[in-house]
Amino acid sequence: MIKLLTGNELLTGDVVWWNGSAWSLHLRDAVPVEPGDPILDHTIAAERVNDPVLIDAEPGTPPAPRTAREKIRGVGPSVRPDLARA
Amino acid sequence: MYQYDNYDQAIVDARVDEFRDQVQRRLANEITEDEFKPLRLMNGLYLQLHAYMLRVAIPYGTLSSKQLHMLAHIARRYDRDYAHFTTRQNLQYNWMKLHETPDLLADLASVEMHAIQTSGNCIRNISSDQFAGAAADEVADPRPYAELLRQWSSFHPEFSFLPRKFKIAVTASATDRAALQLHDIGLQLIEQGGELGFRVLVGGGMGRTPMIGHWIREWVPVRQYLSYCEAILRVYNRYGRRDNIYKARIKILVHELGAEEFTRQVEAEWTLLEPLGIDAPPAEYDRIVAQFADPAYDTAAPDTLDRSDPDFAVWVDQNVHAHKQPGYAIATISLKPKGGIPGDASSAQMHLIAELAERYSVSEIRVTHSQNLVLAHVRKADLHALWSALAEADLATPNLDLVTDIIACPGLDYCTLANARSIPVAQKIAARFADLDRQRDIGEMKIKVSGCINACGHHHAGHIGILGVDKKGEEAYQLSLGGSGAEDASLAKILGPGFSEAGVVDAVEKVIEKYREVRASPDERFLDTYRRLGDAPFKEAVYG
Repeated sequence: MIKLLTGNELLTGDVVWWNGSAWSLHLRDAVPVEPGDPILDHTIAAERVNDPVLIDAEPGTPPAPRTAREKIRGVGPSVRPDLARA
Repeated sequence: MYQYDNYDQAIVDARVDEFRDQVQRRLANEITEDEFKPLRLMNGLYLQLHAYMLRVAIPYGTLSSKQLHMLAHIARRYDRDYAHFTTRQNLQYNWMKLHETPDLLADLASVEMHAIQTSGNCIRNISSDQFAGAAADEVADPRPYAELLRQWSSFHPEFSFLPRKFKIAVTASATDRAALQLHDIGLQLIEQGGELGFRVLVGGGMGRTPMIGHWIREWVPVRQYLSYCEAILRVYNRYGRRDNIYKARIKILVHELGAEEFTRQVEAEWTLLEPLGIDAPPAEYDRIVAQFADPAYDTAAPDTLDRSDPDFAVWVDQNVHAHKQPGYAIATISLKPKGGIPGDASSAQMHLIAELAERYSVSEIRVTHSQNLVLAHVRKADLHALWSALAEADLATPNLDLVTDIIACPGLDYCTLANARSIPVAQKIAARFADLDRQRDIGEMKIKVSGCINACGHHHAGHIGILGVDKKGEEAYQLSLGGSGAEDASLAKILGPGFSEAGVVDAVEKVIEKYREVRASPDERFLDTYRRLGDAPFKEAVYG
């Protein structure tokens, strides 16, 4: 199990994932983050991503979030596949 | 319907300017998210799973065509070309951008609408009967009294930070189409000796502790109901449990004090309040009542209906109700088409419905708590043309109050509070029962699906209620039977252990087939069969 850093972008509310150097709109870009990584503190201090949180995921391409909630966050509403994120 | 006066418009316009400034300061990092969050919530702007969500207030569920056109325009301009009608007769947009929200609110204000008090611990949108002003069985139009409550409760300085959110419904019929008894305050307009007054109910609600309210007064003269509501709110505001969010609703206070003691305190408070003259002056009542005057009916409209088209006749039987005016009818537009998402409408559909309202129903639309829309004043002679136009846009599904007319909250597909998805469950049940003959044989069947214990999908009031729960990160569903939000209100009871998504659809089918087997006659509703036999035969069918 790995940890991924995710949150919602301030301006648009979009779900974003930490890719190691910047925020990405795509779960496939997410990279593991170790608990205690200073990026979490930096994110909170910068105030440009709301509700930043580390979530559990299985490694892979893309990584697979553990919970149903995070799986749905990763791709968009299951009932509107036309609005899904690639 | 009610038209804003200068005060209403000035208040709403000023709020748009204020929020524009707050958004600019947030985007410039001059205020933190912790500081900004309560400000955006006061304007109905939530952060949900995928994006910001804006909840727009639709007072007592009544819209003009002009307003619905604007809601459609906003869906196209600022959202992804659709919107969602809610169980509180409101509308939600799912894909808002923070920096565009002030412009959106300005567009809303241009048609006398806003998103104020659609969140937070304040008095929320006042709800009412979607047939108000048209129903053959009402004593008077309840909406003027809902409107006065709206004005009284908007920015009420004493009640802007209550222990918890507060929901009021106003109706005027013995038939309850607004789930009155499941509100914090329920007001039923009645007539005695030629005078109008209210029966007053307090302490109902759903959520994690569902309760049916208590009737605490059988008569409050219509010109004094505001001060009586003020007395109720004062007692609640003073003694409501601010120490525990889960015990903060008025229903808990009424339960803990006992309805009799709570009533005694309200009456004592009212004795002090009523002489202060806080009720609206008669001229203000009359001004508002006058704005809800009956439309100019066509008194020559024929009272007969050509039912020779069989598909049209089925729609009439299922979706059309009696109107108080001969020659007219009330038409409900189902937002539950086969394969659709309960309560969702595209901007094209909203524009079409607004146009049809202009052509056939005095430019007025109603939103129901069951997530459908209503054209309340349609000449019977126009019903076939209306139905034909609706059918072309997939809006003529003849399923009102049938097994596929399912209430579903947004659930885990959108909502950050949800534990499980609601919409796919509703869709799968609807697909399983797609056959219209089977639906009509089953008869009245209200299935309600909530994605979490907060019960936005009203599962406690479902003939069949489904609650989504989290089971170690996986979605699971509890099945409950026997609820009702109508005048025969009752709370659904959990049947037994939970199910997977596929399992709960199978379980619903087993319950319904058992009902068809054991009902006393084809006319006995599922709810009445359940009340007669209890849950034993259904438990046996599902778990046996």
